[in-house]
Amino acid sequence: MTTKDPVLQVKGLKVSFFTDDGEVPAVDDIDFYVKEGEVLGIVGESGCGKSVTSLSVMGLIPSPPGKITGGEIKLNGEELTTASEKRMRKIRGNDVAMIFQEPMTSLNPLFTIGSQLMDATLIHKKGDKKQAKKRAIEMLKLVGLGRAEELMNEYPHQLSGGMRQRVMIAMAMVCDPKLLIADEPTTALDVTIQAQILKLMKRLNEELNTAIMLITHDLGVVAETCERVVVMYAGKVVENGLAVDIFKDPQHPYTRGLIQSVPDMRYKKQRLYSIPGNVPRPGSIKKGCRFAARCEFAFERCLQEDPPLYKTAEGHSTRCFLFDDTKEDTLHDKDTTIATS
Amino acid sequence: MTKTQPLLQVENLKKHFPVRGGVLGKQVGNVKAVDGVSFTVNKGETLGIVGESGCGKSTTGRMLLRLIESTEGKVVFDGKEVTALSQNELRKLRRDMQMVFQDPFASLNPRHTVGKILEEPLKVHGIGSSAERKKRVKELLETVGLSSYHAKRYPHQFSGGQRQRIGIARALMTRPKLIIADEPVSALDVSIQSQVLNLMQDLQKEFGLTYIVIAHDLGVVRHISDRVGVMYLGKMVELTTSEKLYDKPLHPYTQALLSAVPVPDPLFKKDSIVLQGDIPSPSNPPPGCTFHTRCPFKMDVCEKKVPQMLEHEEGHYAACHLYTEEKQGASQNKEMVGGGAV
Ligand SMILES: Nc1ncnc2c1ncn2[C@@H]1O[C@H](COP(=O)(O)OP(=O)(O)OP(=O)(O)O)[C@@H](O)[C@H]1O
Ligand SMILES: Nc1ncnc2c1ncn2[C@@H]1O[C@H](COP(=O)(O)OP(=O)(O)OP(=O)(O)O)[C@@H](O)[C@H]1O
Ligand SMILES: [Mg+2]
Ligand SMILES: [Mg+2]
Repeated sequence: MTTKDPVLQVKGLKVSFFTDDGEVPAVDDIDFYVKEGEVLGIVGESGCGKSVTSLSVMGLIPSPPGKITGGEIKLNGEELTTASEKRMRKIRGNDVAMIFQEPMTSLNPLFTIGSQLMDATLIHKKGDKKQAKKRAIEMLKLVGLGRAEELMNEYPHQLSGGMRQRVMIAMAMVCDPKLLIADEPTTALDVTIQAQILKLMKRLNEELNTAIMLITHDLGVVAETCERVVVMYAGKVVENGLAVDIFKDPQHPYTRGLIQSVPDMRYKKQRLYSIPGNVPRPGSIKKGCRFAARCEFAFERCLQEDPPLYKTAEGHSTRCFLFDDTKEDTLHDKDTTIATS
Repeated sequence: MTKTQPLLQVENLKKHFPVRGGVLGKQVGNVKAVDGVSFTVNKGETLGIVGESGCGKSTTGRMLLRLIESTEGKVVFDGKEVTALSQNELRKLRRDMQMVFQDPFASLNPRHTVGKILEEPLKVHGIGSSAERKKRVKELLETVGLSSYHAKRYPHQFSGGQRQRIGIARALMTRPKLIIADEPVSALDVSIQSQVLNLMQDLQKEFGLTYIVIAHDLGVVRHISDRVGVMYLGKMVELTTSEKLYDKPLHPYTQALLSAVPVPDPLFKKDSIVLQGDIPSPSNPPPGCTFHTRCPFKMDVCEKKVPQMLEHEEGHYAACHLYTEEKQGASQNKEMVGGGAV
């Protein structure tokens, strides 16, 4: 398993938006990779840069005002940040496809579901209209839309949110991409269909060896679907590791806060835990750890220096000074604080 | 106790959308998006509505506000029959009844600044001076965890979660009595989600707000709701307090729903009831109980007779033949089913 090559390798990626108020660094120096055939989960606070990261991979950052200001994105070894728009059009849909967070914005309200699905096939694959139609119906059925033939002639507004999302997944999968980026693919869906969709994605992952980058805020979904997890906060990766390790031993105080905020269906709490404070405005924190202002463990150093990612175990790393092993006393501190909370 | 006085009464509400086909676009059938839903909501309570994608939750929510007109049925809000109001009266009523929409992007005007979007409902209802309105915009941006500088920005400059908070702030602007929140936190990550849920609860206590919360996340629904209604294919199939629903779900669909909730623990092995088959088309719903095509406990009667919503225990309603007298024989099933969830 460890011998699999990364399909996607992102290094030092920086993306900024240039607005009236100046530069907004939405993604600030992030590293991660997706190995062939694996399911990687990306979780993090709303606005932390997850969608911007995936749009960068797709070459879809609106420019202006957006711009990739540094770093590299390698898909099967090919550098994408410098690829031409023509090349990117070829890559999109064929090698990497994306399911968007808001299906209504990516489905054209003026065209039928059928024509949009067929277009997706016709653009990339050889084959005539008849084959494209057959494939479109096949895909609609594959994602659990029973009345596929009827749906071909319907318009996006006639579908429920969940049905639209399944159409999006069908559209993303028509060309058998190597990497599927799914940005909150199941947030609009109820759980039984979510379970079906996640199972469907897992099946596509296993049978077709499609690597999946799954962006979600649902830690339950991550726990059930992903092998590895990247936790992002304010444009940075703050923790990454195997899903089992992250849930068993969440290290970054932010990750711990996230896990505690989940309403547990199995019993009712009067009040949910919530991390105090708000996400900082991108670029507003000039020095120190970006989570420091909201962190109950923060100490002087956190306000002064930007913590690096510390490797805390095999395949598990955390961007937090509590895990700086070079200092005996901090290490000691860490053990007691974390254990008692 | 004022809590038991119904603020909203919904009776046999239906929405059938015409299905058009052929070259002439003639009506060839109906999508029975909502097909006879009844419930009440008491003052100060939160009613959760959950159910399969496409089962008619949003359509139900929109009909309550008459954002779409119902085909049949009656909605009574605060003693007024909403379904019979003139457009003018309806506009006044909307001050007391607000909606938070499912798709935060589609519901915010992209050409307006957030400040303008938030001020709009106050202007429409002629509330406050310009300065007062601006002040309230700032106040509410902060209440929902944004900052006053965001008022100058446009919707596309926000992330999905941030946009949803703008939608919530907008609904709160006129200090309504009832808020219908359609998936209010589904676009939010858990930490903001818990803030928004706590915020909704605080506002409820402070202003005596009443909520209808439509959501697919059963953890969220359980947390925030006093009672929960479960919908399937345009119908309500179970309705009870959130404790009873989670402790002892009666309808097999509810049981499957509960068991499909993902648990944030990769090592947790759960007994999920995997539903077979597709959701039937609402333009051609199965006869009898509409769930029979996917139900693991289907009996002969289920294909023929529509089960009525009956009170099986105090305050616990379900529409399922497994629990009707004529089907005493099936009662052993019940125990087995009840234990299967989660
Ligand atoms: N067009 C834009 N102009 C200015 N800022 C932008 C633009 N698009 C995104 N941003 C900013 O970039 C940051 C990252 O946004 P992004 O959409 O990637 O967040 P996200 O992690 O996907 O959040 P969510 O979970 O809410 O979807 C946010 O602070 C957002 O305000
Ligand atoms: N304008 C319309 N014309 C025709 N059919 C419609 C229209 N609006 C909704 N429908 C249909 O009505 C049914 C219910 O839709 P609705 O949006 O209420 O579902 P929902 O329960 O909110 O689903 P989701 O959880 O996916 O948001 C669906 O089958 C949908 O296709
Ligand atoms: Mg996003
Ligand atoms: Mg809906």
